[in-house]
Amino acid sequence: MIIRWRCRPPPSSLNVSTLFKHEPLCVEDMSETENTDSDQELEMLPDDAPVDLQAEFERSQVQEVLDKLDRELVGLVPVKTRIKEIAALLLVDRLRRRFNLTSETPTLHMNFTGNPGTGKTTVALRMAEILHRLGYVREGHLVSVTRDDLVGQYIGHTAPKTKAVIKKAMGGVLFIDEAYYLYKPENERDYGGESIEILLQVMENHRDDLVVILAGYKDKMDKFFESNPGMRSRIAHHLDFPDYSAGELEQIADLMLKEQSYQLDDSARKALSEYIPLRMKMTHFANARSIRNALDRARLRQANRLFASRDRALKKEDLITLTEEDFRASRVFIDGKLDGDPADGILNSMPIQED
Amino acid sequence: MAMTNPGNKVTQGQFSFLPDLTDEQITAQLKYAINNDWAVNVEYTDDPHPRNTYWEMYGQPMFDLKDPAGILMEINECRKTFPDMYIRVTAFDNTHGWEAPRMSYIVNRPPSEPGFKLHRQERDGRSMGYTIEPYATDKPEGERS
Repeated sequence: MIIRWRCRPPPSSLNVSTLFKHEPLCVEDMSETENTDSDQELEMLPDDAPVDLQAEFERSQVQEVLDKLDRELVGLVPVKTRIKEIAALLLVDRLRRRFNLTSETPTLHMNFTGNPGTGKTTVALRMAEILHRLGYVREGHLVSVTRDDLVGQYIGHTAPKTKAVIKKAMGGVLFIDEAYYLYKPENERDYGGESIEILLQVMENHRDDLVVILAGYKDKMDKFFESNPGMRSRIAHHLDFPDYSAGELEQIADLMLKEQSYQLDDSARKALSEYIPLRMKMTHFANARSIRNALDRARLRQANRLFASRDRALKKEDLITLTEEDFRASRVFIDGKLDGDPADGILNSMPIQED
Repeated sequence: MAMTNPGNKVTQGQFSFLPDLTDEQITAQLKYAINNDWAVNVEYTDDPHPRNTYWEMYGQPMFDLKDPAGILMEINECRKTFPDMYIRVTAFDNTHGWEAPRMSYIVNRPPSEPGFKLHRQERDGRSMGYTIEPYATDKPEGERS
């Protein structure tokens, strides 16, 4: 957003304001810090001017974010398609504004549904970045909250709490995780409703300042929207995050390992690809999060293994390689139970839950 | 007074000799405070006496904000609640050595500002004592405006 200080026109006759000739100057000094590079001025174009959508696209540097999304997020094809669609809409909208065509700020509030660990938070982060690049949010930061941050514990506590969160998120994206918890129909004295009401108001009146993204499990979010029709109608984009397939999970594991500078040897890779389908069938499976936990435990076992053979000289290779036994020791293999149970070998004393 | 202050406006804080700031200008000033990591307060009073330093706070001080829109929202709510009072915005700098307000400016004024009454007090000899009293505080608190 560009904020321009209007200098006063020169006074036609001598009056009091000539005494303060320096004042526009002193105001301007303060505003100089305002011009961040994200502010791109939109110049108006005549009706017949040709516009280059490609150039506009490159200028917005959205491709970079989309590429990053492709690189860092495995699978999720429907979600990525939808994000590209939204980016296209915003881009075209920007061009339209340059011809002075009126179009209201599109409603950008979103709803992410999907099972745990399917990448909702990560996508929300990227979304904030995309919206920022396209100039639809001014700062592009993400404020991630849950019910506890919004709803108070006694009468009169909720409104200031919710408002404080909203103020923090202004100019960026407000991400409400497990949003269905906001509404608890079984308790009529619950203050969640108050919070929802304030949110609704802000979502309507401050569309330019704030984008709200709700996230949660599909069935629970559906129920939430059923009881809050106002919320449903204010959200334009409903994105469903599908579960990952075994192959995708393996790719995710690769990405995670690469990030942490680990590698798998061939036998370990085989063990991992056997582990994933087994784990997928068990309870409390949380997609990418379960994979991360499995890798964390493998690292733990690796460290233990290296420590047990500490009389031997270690090479860099040893420090970065996870081997078969690091995975095979998992209880998922041994007796088809989750790790972290009391009987689980070396992990006895360690409070690690498999989820 | 009439010569230097044509609108008979209370001149306290920054920008008070300028025409009232527009919301756009206020937003720019708020952004300046936010960029400096100052905490911003919205305060109101009906007593414009220059020595009245105890203005009431509207809501809580606002820390850790990224964007001025939230503060502007608070200012507008305060304007709606107290349209006939003075409202000012203060930016507090908590860095060691400062620990003081760094900005303060009025963002709302009552529709009419009656100004100040000058009291003269004759003292010993021919010396005079002077003091001012805002007309706005003629009535007791709670019954004003």
